[in-house]
Amino acid sequence: MTESTSKKVRFGIVVFPGSNCEYDAKHALSTFPEADPYYLWHKDDDLRSPDVVILPGGFSYGDYLRTGAIARFSPLMGAVSAFAETGGLVLGICNGFQILTEAHMLHGAMLRNRGLRFICHSQHLRVERTDTPFTSDMRVGAVIQVPVNHNEGAWTAGSESLQQIEDQRLVVFRYCDADGRITDAANPNGAIDNVAGIVNERGNVLGMMPHPERVCESAVGGTGGRRLFGSLIHHVLEGP
Amino acid sequence: MTELYAELGLTSGEYARIKEIQGREPTHVELAVYSLMWSEHCGYKHSRPFLRRLPSHGARVLQGPGENAGIVDIGGGLAVAMKIESHNHPSAVEPYQGAATGVGGILRDIFAMGARPICSLDSLRFGEIAPLPRAGAAQSGQEDGSGAASAGADAGFDRQRYLFENVVAGIGGYGNCMGIPTVAGEVYFEDAYSGNCLVNAMTVGLVRPENIVRSAAAGVGNHVVLFGSKTGRDGIGGASVLASQEFDETLEEKRPSVQVGDPFTEKKLLEVCLELLREGRFVALQDLGAAGITSSASEMAAKGGVGIDIHTDRVPLREQDMAPWEIMISESQERMLAVVTPAEWPEVKAACDRWDLDCTIVGEVTDTERLRVYHRGELQGDMPAVELADAPTCVVDAARPVHEADEPLDPASYPPPEATLSEILLDLVGSPNIASRRWIWEQYDHQVQLNTVVLPGADAALLRVKETGAGLAVCTDGNGRHTYLDPYRGGKAAVAEAARNVSCVGAEPIAVTNCLNFGNPEKGPISYQLSRAIEGMAEACEAFGVPVISGNVSLYNESFGQAIYPTVVVGMLGLSEDFAVHCTSGFKTEGDVIVLLGDATPGLDGSEYQKRWYGAVEGRIPEVDLEAEVVLQGVLRRAVNDGMLRSAHDCSDGGLAVTLAESCLAGGVGARLEFDGVSAPTAAAVASAASAASDTPAPTAPDTPATPAPDTPAPTAPATPTPTAPAARSDLTLFGEAPTRVVVSVAPETATAFRKLCAGAGVPATDLGMVAGDALRMRVGGDEVTVPLAALREAHETGLPRALGIV
Repeated sequence: MTESTSKKVRFGIVVFPGSNCEYDAKHALSTFPEADPYYLWHKDDDLRSPDVVILPGGFSYGDYLRTGAIARFSPLMGAVSAFAETGGLVLGICNGFQILTEAHMLHGAMLRNRGLRFICHSQHLRVERTDTPFTSDMRVGAVIQVPVNHNEGAWTAGSESLQQIEDQRLVVFRYCDADGRITDAANPNGAIDNVAGIVNERGNVLGMMPHPERVCESAVGGTGGRRLFGSLIHHVLEGP
Repeated sequence: MTELYAELGLTSGEYARIKEIQGREPTHVELAVYSLMWSEHCGYKHSRPFLRRLPSHGARVLQGPGENAGIVDIGGGLAVAMKIESHNHPSAVEPYQGAATGVGGILRDIFAMGARPICSLDSLRFGEIAPLPRAGAAQSGQEDGSGAASAGADAGFDRQRYLFENVVAGIGGYGNCMGIPTVAGEVYFEDAYSGNCLVNAMTVGLVRPENIVRSAAAGVGNHVVLFGSKTGRDGIGGASVLASQEFDETLEEKRPSVQVGDPFTEKKLLEVCLELLREGRFVALQDLGAAGITSSASEMAAKGGVGIDIHTDRVPLREQDMAPWEIMISESQERMLAVVTPAEWPEVKAACDRWDLDCTIVGEVTDTERLRVYHRGELQGDMPAVELADAPTCVVDAARPVHEADEPLDPASYPPPEATLSEILLDLVGSPNIASRRWIWEQYDHQVQLNTVVLPGADAALLRVKETGAGLAVCTDGNGRHTYLDPYRGGKAAVAEAARNVSCVGAEPIAVTNCLNFGNPEKGPISYQLSRAIEGMAEACEAFGVPVISGNVSLYNESFGQAIYPTVVVGMLGLSEDFAVHCTSGFKTEGDVIVLLGDATPGLDGSEYQKRWYGAVEGRIPEVDLEAEVVLQGVLRRAVNDGMLRSAHDCSDGGLAVTLAESCLAGGVGARLEFDGVSAPTAAAVASAASAASDTPAPTAPDTPATPAPDTPAPTAPATPTPTAPAARSDLTLFGEAPTRVVVSVAPETATAFRKLCAGAGVPATDLGMVAGDALRMRVGGDEVTVPLAALREAHETGLPRALGIV
């Protein structure tokens, strides 16, 4: 991973035209004293030496053509994938996840929610892996509450990549019920195998449909997302 | 020409006035401009005389009516801009785009003032989407066209479901993409709206007073800059064709007059506007809504006492062969008009380039006080801006509608229905007008921006202000049945209920925005309803000391000659010092004492119970006692802010029983209550109560959690035999509706102090029982009602989807 010279963990938040969760990501990170969040403009080509790059939620380019299909061609995305190839940490939230799949930095693709309606509600997730920089502060099998907020979040993949994903244990979060059971009733959008979030083979790029930045304060929404950012901060400051 | 002015919706009198002003026959462009500026939608010619009655001044008011939005100071160096606006007619023609562009328009109104939108609300009305439990519920039209259209009823439920589902999708589609949370709202289904759905959208924004920008043009020689989307033929004549005429068979032909929304462009427009406003790059800013460049330019000129020249050939177009008059009146969305000094122009242009937005100098500010339109250097029109912005007003003599009653109906004339009280309760809890709105608000992003403290589904939503820690409570309220039965009392009640709702959360009402949805104002009864409703609202606002800082009027809501219910929608803003100190509607802890505040007598007239179980909307609604209302809300807020209350819930649609059921469901806990303390419905019923109570068999639902079939959401129980003599009317006590009532719960150790607080202020407080168990148990007179929470939840949660035929 990139060396962090500053004591603070630098989070570069990419702003695409149509992004609308960049403020929330910055605000959520501002509740962590060790975090130093800043914005990156999609037309830039320099990431300004981040420890973590966040692709925030929203409707980049109005979701026109396909969600994330146009954003992946933004000038800055070249730098983002190069950053990821050197092991840099990249977190794609909701639209950010959609962009990462369109950019082939993660497996699979997104379909419209089953039911064909936008959904916004609290959601239980089961933690499948804790050997990633994003989940090291969590327990395997732990159930966290993080809201979903999307129209095209039904993650899907071809049978070959599905096999690969299972073999390499790339699934980090699955939709579940309050008791951690992976049921169809607990699946809000029809994603294959209740997949809510996956990493790449190297484990340094995470895409997830739920919004951890929305649950970092007890006064508003809850704290189900704090451990994810906390994991990243500890990973960067203390190493794996 | 003669035919053209009529086609454009101008009267011969108005046409004569135009010739008088111009001193000649108007040109084609001039006629198009006048027809729109003098339409009801832009000119408010029938409503302005009445609107003056609304109080609009107050210590907090930084901007009253007349701008894109009103603004009030909320302390801590911050102010709130808010406004509500209708998009009824476009939504009736094309529900998704009509609703979406309605949201887009109100959002532009807010950021045109320099404010960042922090939330949206909506108020919706449609025809019935499912059958009522009793036949003959459909209202027959009034011969004077003053309400309750029956025409659309034939269209059936499918059309209404289509309109409703697509309006909800359109509101979400635009607001979600913009990143503005939709946090509250209301929806009612009444046959009177079957030919004319209502879609009112409200937005609230935050602004630092020093960043407020207004729309008055200034500085002769300054550039007039158009930026945002390109201009096309969409929405040509929308203001006059759609918003200022009744509907008839040609409804479908009007589709080309509906604009198409592009929230992605609007999101970029929002960001670039706020960026440039922070840097103080604008002299004036105005969004383009109804009548496009025409109304924006003439209003900016009129307000600034200057003139504006527009060169239509400089406007970036989607279609190359557009005529000057089309360019002037196009209602293409996502466009703004700004006055910019030559010095700032390069910065403005650069910012728009950065956001990939068109940005063009289309004209300049002059000292002529006239709106002049040029095309390739050729003068196309030359009109005095003030005259354009000041449409001639006309008020039709008021005539009281024939259906209005002087007295409430005697409940004795309504024999109790052949159903158990449990069945009626479950029916009301699951009725489309009362059932959970989850199906709607889960399609809206209600969390983005991380300020939503109290989620949708409460009396009012509560948002935190990150900068100051204050709380903003917002809600929309308006009961069309009430204003239909009595516009004066209904107008009063709408303001009182909105204030009550923000008070339930613990916030103090500080400002009102309103949307007045009425029929054809050229008819006496409609003119009467408009003036009386405004009088009622005005008196209530004065009693609360709350100014009306913005608003919108939507008239001609008629189809086939029948008007909608006259519908007043009040958007209320409440302020609390600390967002963390607030109250919600759900019961919390077993053993808590349940108290009813207020002792207004519940009545049947205008109630959901009357509509569903007697197939009628008739009689006279009770009048709000404003003095009592103000005192009650004061005590309520005091108790919330002193942390005395565990829950507080406004007692409105469906009456006391439904309110209690909602508090049980919101808290996931039951209640055991005894109602003998509650004042009986009417003198007649009281008298008959004693005699009949004993011989009325008490219908009791089985205690076992029943899982009812979708179509009959009630635990099976023997029907009550209809007594011949007037029986004890437990049903009226349970389901009758009255204003100025709130159900609260308090911890036992706090109860005494709370009762003392109420007694000291003279607020009637009646102990009803306690929070307990997993069922709602009520003993009323001789009757006992027990409904398991599970059955209540089933009815409440599936009510709306079931009515839509989804589950």
